[in-house]
Amino acid sequence: MSDDGIRLLGPDGKRVAHPTYSGDADPGELRALYRDMALARRLDTEGVTLQRQGELALWPSLLGQEAAQVGSVRALREGDRVFPSYREHAVALARGVDPLALFRLFRGVDHGAWDPDAHDVHLYTLVIGSQTLHATGYAHGLTKDGSDAAVIAYFGDGATSQGDVAEAFNFAAVYDAPIVFFCQNNQFAISEPNERQTRVPLHQRAQGFGFPGVRVDGNDVLAVRAVTRAALEHVRSGAGPFLIEAYTYRMGAHTTSDDPTRYRDAAEVERWRAKDPLLRLDRLLRAEHAADDAFFAEVEAEGEALAARIREGVRGMPAPRAEELFDHVYAEENSLVERERAEFAAYQAAFEEV
Amino acid sequence: MTDTAERYREFRLPDVGEGLQDAEIIRWLVAPGDTVTDGQPVCEVETAKAAVELPVPFAGRVRELLFPEGATVDVGAVIIRVDTGEEREVPVAGSGRTPVLVGYGAAPAPATRRSRRRPTAPPRPTAPAAKPPVRKLAKDLGVDLTAIVPTGPRGDVTREDVHAAARTSEPVPAQEPHTPPSPDETRIPVTGVRKATARAMVASAFTAPHVTEFVIVDVTRTMKLIRRLKEHPDMTGVRVGPLLLAARAFLLAVRRNPEINASWDEERQEIVRKHRVNLGIAAATPRGLLVPTIADADRRTLPELAAALDDLVVTAKEGRTPPAALRGGTVTLTNIGVFGIDTGTPILNPGESAILALGTIAPRPWVHRGKVVPRQVTTLALSFDHRLVDGELGSRVLADTAAVLHDPDLLFTRA
Repeated sequence: MSDDGIRLLGPDGKRVAHPTYSGDADPGELRALYRDMALARRLDTEGVTLQRQGELALWPSLLGQEAAQVGSVRALREGDRVFPSYREHAVALARGVDPLALFRLFRGVDHGAWDPDAHDVHLYTLVIGSQTLHATGYAHGLTKDGSDAAVIAYFGDGATSQGDVAEAFNFAAVYDAPIVFFCQNNQFAISEPNERQTRVPLHQRAQGFGFPGVRVDGNDVLAVRAVTRAALEHVRSGAGPFLIEAYTYRMGAHTTSDDPTRYRDAAEVERWRAKDPLLRLDRLLRAEHAADDAFFAEVEAEGEALAARIREGVRGMPAPRAEELFDHVYAEENSLVERERAEFAAYQAAFEEV
Repeated sequence: MTDTAERYREFRLPDVGEGLQDAEIIRWLVAPGDTVTDGQPVCEVETAKAAVELPVPFAGRVRELLFPEGATVDVGAVIIRVDTGEEREVPVAGSGRTPVLVGYGAAPAPATRRSRRRPTAPPRPTAPAAKPPVRKLAKDLGVDLTAIVPTGPRGDVTREDVHAAARTSEPVPAQEPHTPPSPDETRIPVTGVRKATARAMVASAFTAPHVTEFVIVDVTRTMKLIRRLKEHPDMTGVRVGPLLLAARAFLLAVRRNPEINASWDEERQEIVRKHRVNLGIAAATPRGLLVPTIADADRRTLPELAAALDDLVVTAKEGRTPPAALRGGTVTLTNIGVFGIDTGTPILNPGESAILALGTIAPRPWVHRGKVVPRQVTTLALSFDHRLVDGELGSRVLADTAAVLHDPDLLFTRA
């Protein structure tokens, strides 16, 4: 096993044998995984571009993490619940969340207003690591309900420094909550490198809490899928939580407000570029004759269409009504909120169009 | 949109980093006449946070780049105009979105709304909206805000608007004061030495944490020595005065405490020990305050030091100090005593760690050998950079200087 973790598909596009995990997939599955990753990457590029045009307040790029996200989300069953952080665009897209919903959040039109029940994808959580607690509670609830669904909670290497994550690990372990903790170790907590986050490899953290943890090559979509499948089986069986450390690399900036050239060197980025998740699957698909040029052209065209839809959708997004502030404070009517709404309306009425 | 020609579309500098005010255009990636596609990077800008490429949000042919490379541009300013080649409907004023600040720099300009006149409503400001720095700029340039047609994304007055208004209101040379002349004041443009002094003093005062210590010292014996030295054949042709002896005493103190002869390198987080002692002398000159230096001042004999001081003062007074003589100082002496002043808190010459101020020397009642008698007394003040000079070191330097002026025999024992 390399330092990058369990691997079934090398950067050269060649399969790697593993005693426990299998990368078996029929050509259709391989193509679907590629398509998921390619569309996510195109969506992400558009996010960065729209931010640079002043259309978005912020965009956190997933570039480089496509395999970690697609491999894991495609291991889920219907009814399994996803708790993302804020970079899981490939996960949301694969699960069928309207991509424009993500863009509304990063444009500041709403605070993330998709229905979490519609696709079993919880809202993005921008507070670092707190979603692991929500996810653990939800997973514990599933046990109480007698459901056989599982939960996957996404977080980053930086979040492992948060108390919330340690609390979630402990609670989930003590109550055997059916949850997979999926840590995308993209090497940087904004500008802080791994060595300033942890003394031990992150997957080893689980041991201290009494549950298994493994590292998987996060740029290998087949390995991520296989390991996540096994982890889900484990948590569904009532054996308690499971930690996956998907070892990957954030190729872009932390967000569009960040400049990674200030804290990491170009040579390192180049080393990771050689491990690109799409490139290796591209190579495998061609080597195994599972896809031809027409397929790649088709995916590219689909990506362009998605980008165009996003572009138009974002540029045409109406500004929110100021009154919406009051709409979702409480599920039911609240007298204080209603009074404030009335005061605000009166204030607004003090102006008139001329 | 301010765009009136249908075919041309404008791209305004967006806020690419959450709350930035401006950005510098590093490089244009396209030139007028080039064809661009929607999303194609057209320039590289550097903000306080990052250097990034900006993709243009429409396709067409570049008609105009509005700023040169190196220009600092306010967020919201049009930077590039593109001929989209298609007739567009001109948006009705106020209904168009100008995606600048987070999409909704976008909202219709507030200029299209006004307060309904209600007795309870507070009076609306008559001047158009402008950010505080823009207001200040207008005030500094003497521009009347109410006379400006705002072009900002929210109907506010921009920096460019103010500059433009300032330009039109002053058809005469730029040296002219911007405000209309008032009989009660005269405005002098800040240039040359004044400007350099201001910059240096601000840089020094707000980067080096200053500490100033004072000591009052009986220099009667030094004054007697000066009288004798003036008659001495070795000192023929040079001026001998308190400044010379104070310089000598200070140099001895620096030599005994070489750690003070150093500077702070903020960028590299290093303390730079200087192996040469170059003494700066603050001098009032026709050009303004200058600090010419005497290189290797500590290695000179007293007559050499005196000659160098004379030369320096004469050259400075004639306004002929060469630029090379203004560089390389490591410590500075300022003689505010010549103005009859007791003491002060001198500001460090940037890049140095110590400056000594020599106060006026005057007869004062002083306890000498148990009796109050008139003695020649002065006050010394030493400011030092507390980043690298602690109170102990600063105090030693000041005390050593005072000791020599009090007891000039030390000139021989410590030389």
